[in-house]
Amino acid sequence: MSTDFFAACAAAFRLIVEADAGLIAIVGLSLIVSVAAVLTATAIALPLGAVVALARFRGRHGAIVLLNALMGLPPVVVGLAVYLLLSRAGPLGAFGLLFTPGAMVFAQAILVVPIIAALARQTIADAWLEYEEQLRSLGAPPRLAVWTLLWDTRFSLLTAVLAGFGRAAAEVGAVMIVGGNIDGVTRVMTTAIALETSKGDLPLALGLGLVLVVLVLAVNAAAYSLKQAAHRRFG
Amino acid sequence: MRDRAPALLPLVLDRASVAVAGVPILDRISFTLEAGSRSVVLGANGAGKSVLLRLCHGLLAPTAGTVRWLGPHADDPGRSQAMVFQRPIMLRRSAIANVAYGLKLAGIAKAERLARAHAALARVGLAHLAERPARLLSGGEQQLAALARAWVLEPEVLFLDEPTASLDPAATRAVEAIVGAIHASGTKIVMTTHNLGQARRVADEILFLDRGRLIERAGVDRFFAGPATPEARAFIEGELP
Ligand SMILES: Nc1ncnc2c1ncn2[C@@H]1O[C@H](COP(=O)(O)OP(=O)(O)OP(=O)(O)O)[C@@H](O)[C@H]1O
Ligand SMILES: [Mg+2]
Repeated sequence: MSTDFFAACAAAFRLIVEADAGLIAIVGLSLIVSVAAVLTATAIALPLGAVVALARFRGRHGAIVLLNALMGLPPVVVGLAVYLLLSRAGPLGAFGLLFTPGAMVFAQAILVVPIIAALARQTIADAWLEYEEQLRSLGAPPRLAVWTLLWDTRFSLLTAVLAGFGRAAAEVGAVMIVGGNIDGVTRVMTTAIALETSKGDLPLALGLGLVLVVLVLAVNAAAYSLKQAAHRRFG
Repeated sequence: MRDRAPALLPLVLDRASVAVAGVPILDRISFTLEAGSRSVVLGANGAGKSVLLRLCHGLLAPTAGTVRWLGPHADDPGRSQAMVFQRPIMLRRSAIANVAYGLKLAGIAKAERLARAHAALARVGLAHLAERPARLLSGGEQQLAALARAWVLEPEVLFLDEPTASLDPAATRAVEAIVGAIHASGTKIVMTTHNLGQARRVADEILFLDRGRLIERAGVDRFFAGPATPEARAFIEGELP
């Protein structure tokens, strides 16, 4: 058993060091899907977070609670919902997206929007509390005040985006259901790990697991040092 | 330097009240602020000085009564007044960029606003800190930067909420001199302070607030020679050596 383990570890290292084509393809697709999902989600979530933070409308408190609750959305449920939407009989079936990377981007984006929006809302709401009177006193019209606020909190907002990326890259349930783990088409790190393990290809699963852990660590380290640097530079 | 005719002043409060959740904070305040004089608002902690300044500055709306500018350009009161807050908020950028921010909003070209911002920082003695991140300045330096940020707008009315609260004696003197210079250039000064010596040095007239009510208003000499109300007398007699 333990020789199996060490053999698998050694094989996994070899795959990484030798830049195995299969492994590279899977990592590459994972990055493309998650980056696309996070960019899409950011375009929706930042304005959404700003509106919920700043606009005064009925049901705003409900929206805040909902946004925070949706942060913990179970990926498999999102996967199931997107599956139903995209399946041939579903409302978006005509696009033929199911079992394509597009479907995976779609599902991950839905998963990540509440995370970025909720974190952004908190950041923007706190900053507004602090800045509002000062900006109005200096003569900033509302639009410009909001822009100043977003600019001043840009590093915190970027941290929210990175948190979204971490979540997207590490989830397995949603992409498994809507992507299907098709070799060379929709196979990403997390689905490969889940399925190759059960099929006995431990080196590939372990190698991918290692890459994934390093990636998530790197993203978190980047987020942290970004905040530190911004604090030193801008206070 | 401003040598324009008043555009906003006088400012008239007519039984203006502010209440938060039914609790009165300012209670039926009536007065007229004219151009020219330096008006200093005195009162104990929690008397309502900061709320009164924010009400006058237009950051708060009265919950009852009215606050009105009667000058010829009273329809656009924002442009010609500025305020230095008790706790100034610096934007996350350099000191000079903070000072230039209001000028940018006023549509002034980049070269000119940087020149004016530099001059304003120099006048408050912060020229050497111009490029520093404003939020990393000390509390006193931030207060000076906030003064420069307000002064650079060359407002007709300048509200100052305890502008020397976190300054050392030398900087306090400097700020009093600056306030004098701003006043000499034609700006109406409305200021709060806890420091009675400062009130004597800076004020032309005193407005005394007690628990949200304006109970006394007098020229500075008359006020300190003999306050008309027992509350003001107690306040003056409570002064530390
Ligand atoms: N937004 C608010 N909500 C509730 N109460 C408030 C609010 N703002 C001010 N108050 C209360 O109104 C009163 C007057 O506050 P204000 O800040 O004007 O006092 P002040 O005279 O400036 O005191 P200080 O000398 O300590 O600065 C205080 O009792 C304060 O707690
Ligand atoms: Mg105060």
